[in-house]
Amino acid sequence: MREPTRDQALRIYRTMHLIRRFEERVAECFAAAEIPGFIHLAVGQESVPATVCALLERDDLVGATHRGHGQVLAKGAEPRRVMAELFGRATGYCRGKGGSMHLCAMDLGVLGTNGVVGANLPIAVGTALAAQVRATRQVTVGFFGDGAANTGAAHEALNLAAVWDLPVVFVCENNLYAEFTPQAVHTKGTSIAARAAAYGMRGVQVDGNDVPALFDAAAEAVDAARSGAGPTLLEAMTYRWRGHHEGDPMAYRAKDELEAWRAKDAIPRFRAWLVERGMLAADEDERLVGAVAAEVDDATEFARRSPWPAPEAALEDVHA
Amino acid sequence: MPEVRYVKAIADALAEEMARDERVIVLGEDVGAPGGTFGATRGLYQQFGKERVRDTPISETAIVGAAIGAAVAGLRPVVEVMFMDFIATCWDQVVNQMAKMRYMFGGQVRLPLVVRTHTGAGLNAGPQHSGSLEAWAVHVPGLKVVMPATPADAKGLLKAAIRDDNPVLVLENKTLYAMKGEVPAGEHVTPLGRAEVRRGGSDVTIVALSRMVGEALRAAETVAAEGISAEVIDPRTLAPLDRDTILASVAKTGRLVVAHEAWAPCGVGAEIIALAAEHRGAPRVPRGASEGGGVWGAMSGPPTLMVRRVTPPHTPVPFSPPMEKLWLPDAARIAAAVREVMG
Repeated sequence: MREPTRDQALRIYRTMHLIRRFEERVAECFAAAEIPGFIHLAVGQESVPATVCALLERDDLVGATHRGHGQVLAKGAEPRRVMAELFGRATGYCRGKGGSMHLCAMDLGVLGTNGVVGANLPIAVGTALAAQVRATRQVTVGFFGDGAANTGAAHEALNLAAVWDLPVVFVCENNLYAEFTPQAVHTKGTSIAARAAAYGMRGVQVDGNDVPALFDAAAEAVDAARSGAGPTLLEAMTYRWRGHHEGDPMAYRAKDELEAWRAKDAIPRFRAWLVERGMLAADEDERLVGAVAAEVDDATEFARRSPWPAPEAALEDVHA
Repeated sequence: MPEVRYVKAIADALAEEMARDERVIVLGEDVGAPGGTFGATRGLYQQFGKERVRDTPISETAIVGAAIGAAVAGLRPVVEVMFMDFIATCWDQVVNQMAKMRYMFGGQVRLPLVVRTHTGAGLNAGPQHSGSLEAWAVHVPGLKVVMPATPADAKGLLKAAIRDDNPVLVLENKTLYAMKGEVPAGEHVTPLGRAEVRRGGSDVTIVALSRMVGEALRAAETVAAEGISAEVIDPRTLAPLDRDTILASVAKTGRLVVAHEAWAPCGVGAEIIALAAEHRGAPRVPRGASEGGGVWGAMSGPPTLMVRRVTPPHTPVPFSPPMEKLWLPDAARIAAAVREVMG
C-alpha cells in the first residue's frame, strides 16, 4: 500500500477544501447572476481530482470534463484566472472565450474541460501518443464520468490507448448519474473498471471518497503509465451532491440517498486519517481552511473587478 | 518536369515532409505496412518505421482525436480517414474539438494537423463511399480545406497543409489517383488560399472543384469551337477561398458557372455565386477579401450577372454504372450551362 507523504497528503487535503469552497462560491455567484451560461459543479467529488493530480508533475497532462473546475484547480490552475473565466472576463485563462466547459490552462497541461461528454478521451490519448513518440515520460490523465463511459469515443479511446500501450490513466469519476439518469438505467453492469479486462488493460474500482485507497490505486496507475507499462482504467466511486447543472431540482433522486453520501464525505474522512497520523494539528487545520476561504474570496473579487473582454476580441483566435 | 501519378505525388509529399520534420507522423487505417487502401502512404512504413507510421483500429473518432491531442502536444500528425463519407463518424472531433479548440481556449493552443480523406464518385463505390462533403467542412470556422485537382497540387497543397499551424482537411479525389501530370522537381509547395486560373477567357467564368476542373477544361475547349471564350478557375483551397481571383474574373465576364460533385443546396458553388452576387454592380470590388475584410481595389463588379450551377441530382450516389453515369456531372453538362449563361 502506497501512502501519500505528508506534503502530498496536505496538498490533497487543501485541494479538496479549495475545490469545495470554490464550487460553493460558483453556485452563489451563478444564483446571483454574476456567472453567465451553464454550470456543472463537482461538490462531493473533490477527492478524485485532488488525489490523482497530487501524483502528477507539472508537465503531465489532464483532459478534463464538463464537470471539471476541480480537475483544473487540482492540476494547479490559479483560482483567480479560473473564476475570471467563469465570469467571462478578459483575465480568465481563455480570455472569456471558453467559460466553464472550455477551460484550458495549457502551461499547466490542462487540455481543457470539454462540453461534449466523452470527447476529451481521444484527445488525451493523443497527448499520450505524443509523449510516447517523443519519449518525454509525461503522463496524461483523462477524466470522465459513468455517463461518458457509454460513449463510442470512450470505447475507441480505451482500445487505442491499450493497443499502443500509451502513458495514460483513464479516471472514471463514477458519481452514479449520467445527467439525470441513474446508473442502473443507463448501464447493465455495475463496474466500469471491469471493462478494462476486455481492452487488455488494468482496471481498478476503488472507493473514491477514501483518499488513501484512491491514492494507492492512482499511484500504481501513474507509475505504470510513466514506466511504459501502458494505460489503466481507474474507477473511483463517488457522488455528486448538487444537480447535473445549477438549477437542476434533482427530482430524480431520493433525499436519503444524498444524506447517505454526505455521511461518506471524503473531507472529514481524510481529516481523521491525517489527524490519526499526526500530520494535521487542530490549529493547522483551522489555518488551512481559513487560507483556502481567503483564496476563494480573493479569486471572486478578482473576477468581479476584472474587465469584460473587448467585443472585437470575438474575431480573434480562429486561426494560428 | 517529371510526370507523376496523383497518388504517388501524395506519397512523395508525405515522405518529404516526414524526412524534413521528425514531428510529422502518419495515422490511419491500413496506412502502415499495407501502404494505404489506394497506396497513398506506400513506402512510408518501411522508411520511417512503426513509431511514426501507425496502423490504427477502425476508430475514426479515436484516430482524429488522437491527432488533435498529439498536435496540441507538439507533433504534426497527418491522419487518413479512408473515405470522406466516414468523416461523419468522427464529426464531433472535427467540428467541436479540432475546429473550435484554438478559439475557445483563447489562442492557447496550436493545431498543426492534417486530415487527408478522399471524395468522388465514378468508381461504382455506391452511396457510402463516393461522397463529396466539402461544404460541411467549409461551413465551419477554424478549418482550412483544400481540394487538389492535379498531381502537382496534390503534392504542393499537402506539403503546405503539413507546414500550416492550423487544422487542414485535404480532400483528394480517388478517381484522380491514377492521373498522371507534371510535378515540379525538388521542393514544391503550393500556398494555401490561392486559386489557379487554369485557362484564360473573357466571356464566361467557370469555377470548378476537384475532378470537375478537368471536365471544365474539356467544356471550355468545346465551347471555344463555338466562339465562346471561357475562363476556368480552380480555387484549390476552399477555405480560405481566394475571393479576389474569382471576383476579378466575374467582374470581367459577368457570367459564372460553378461545377462540383457535391449537391447543389448550400454547396460551395452556392457560396461562390452568392459572393459574386454581393458584388454585382459594385463600383469597386474589395481586394484581399479572402477573410472577409480587405481594402477596395480598382476592379468593378459586373453590372449584370448570369449564373448556373452544374451539380449532381440531390440524391445519394447510386451504385449501378448507368445510374452513376447520369448522376455525375461532366464536360457536356458544363458546356450546356455555359451556353445558357451566354444566352
